[in-house]
Amino acid sequence: MEQVIFYLFAGVLLFAATMVISVRNPVYAALFLVLAFFNAAVLWVLVGAEFLGLALIVVYVGAVMVLFLFVLMMLDVNTAAMREGFTRYLPVGVVVAGLMLLQLIVVILSEQVDLIGGLIPEPSAEVDNVHAIGQVLYTAYVYPFEIAAVILLLAIVAAISLTMRRQRPNTQRQDVPKQLSVTKEQRLRLVQIDKKNRRHTSDT
Amino acid sequence: MIETLLWHSAKIWAVLIPLFVAVAYYTYVERRVIGHMQDRRGPNRVGYRGLLQPIADALKLLFKEITIPSQANRVLFLIAPTMAIMPALAAWAVVPFGEGLAVADINAGVLYILAMTSLGIYGLLLAGWASNSKYALFGTMRASAQIVSYEIALGFALVGVLMAAGTMNLGGIVEAQAGPFWEWFWLPLLPLFIVYWISGVAETNRAPFDIAEGESEIVAGFHVEYSGMAFAIFFLAEYANMLLISLLAAIFFFGGWYSPFEGIPVLGPAFDWVPGTVWVLLKAAFFAFCYLWFRATFPRYRYDQLMRLGWKVLIPVTVVWLVVLTGLIYAGIGPWF
Repeated sequence: MEQVIFYLFAGVLLFAATMVISVRNPVYAALFLVLAFFNAAVLWVLVGAEFLGLALIVVYVGAVMVLFLFVLMMLDVNTAAMREGFTRYLPVGVVVAGLMLLQLIVVILSEQVDLIGGLIPEPSAEVDNVHAIGQVLYTAYVYPFEIAAVILLLAIVAAISLTMRRQRPNTQRQDVPKQLSVTKEQRLRLVQIDKKNRRHTSDT
Repeated sequence: MIETLLWHSAKIWAVLIPLFVAVAYYTYVERRVIGHMQDRRGPNRVGYRGLLQPIADALKLLFKEITIPSQANRVLFLIAPTMAIMPALAAWAVVPFGEGLAVADINAGVLYILAMTSLGIYGLLLAGWASNSKYALFGTMRASAQIVSYEIALGFALVGVLMAAGTMNLGGIVEAQAGPFWEWFWLPLLPLFIVYWISGVAETNRAPFDIAEGESEIVAGFHVEYSGMAFAIFFLAEYANMLLISLLAAIFFFGGWYSPFEGIPVLGPAFDWVPGTVWVLLKAAFFAFCYLWFRATFPRYRYDQLMRLGWKVLIPVTVVWLVVLTGLIYAGIGPWF
């Protein structure tokens, strides 16, 4: 039964991954990527890594891809221009793909990670997945974890400061205290209407 | 094999059918309650005091033609409502309605809820984009920016809850609050509860954060082009999400199935005969009522005000309170830990 579910979701995952790089419409590609992420999450849950699976959905499907789609939908993407030069960039692409394949093979065949031997530990009954990851993450790996967090924070600050650095002359900014401190007298003008001529004559 | 499948589907229907009925009557209650708040009567013609109104509405929407704009992306246009309703219903799988009364009592319950609620946004995104209409696209842009922003505050508020409870299992969170009402999490986690509730209202795109609809500016937001049952499904998803947020407020912060008088000498035993499910539903009903109350009370937020509230007020409040909470737990201070 588990095998059937695995092959079902793995099949959809491979199909979705292929579609990501082959469909023309970038919005479709992003949606297929969402499907691929979702299926990968299901596979993780299937081997008992429910924390990783759900975190994948929360982070990638729920936040990253939403922002991705958000940007894609606002851009006027010219698909014809993107397909140009496919042959020109092909050698570079092949080299990158080959390197990545090589790295994957080295990792899989290495002695330290015995992936082929099936190293997936049996989910234990006493400590569930979430607790186990939390205990390791906040004890043995607390410094790498904190450093990764600081690097991410740095990236956020850098991205914001890059966009804020150059002040264009016509940018309009909102000054919240100024907005809140306006009074009725500054904004509202009562006008006397001359009923016959239908135009206002004098301020009161 | 077959028996377990049947048993599981029976459990799923036992949640879904009452949920559909609750959603239908929630729309009726909304119109009646807001009607009375605005000194009107609300729907009172169909059936006794208008009680058949939601059924009449559902029938009307069922028989209406589903129009598809000629320039729309047909496939995504039709998938979008499904993408909206699917996570809205799936999230109910882990919600406990009483001690052990959940379809799936999983350990990563809080994470599962966050994952499912974050999926709901795809229905909105696809609907707005596939309609190929300006207003729909504007509504989508507003809604998705809003949901992504408030999800952070909501998630952080829930982090506080699971820190205090020491578990991600929804049943475990309720059990950690065992006791009279002043021992429930709303008191020690009051700032987080307020943040949770505000961002819960914003997550579901409801007043005063319903800029995604903004009928006076962008007609009705992302679902302008939808009609008939396709429109009704978006409606169903929105109300199912509202009920979910209300029920989760009861579970995370208001002691779930525990009676408010638990452990009080005379009052406690006097209410022992009330089943826990009744307490959960009563508490949820109060928050569901608050949704309607807000809609009748507050004017709509402006887009920039909404973003400022989310990023510059709610997120800092949660971060600070998480630090305080960590200190309290570490020092073992307070009657709650």
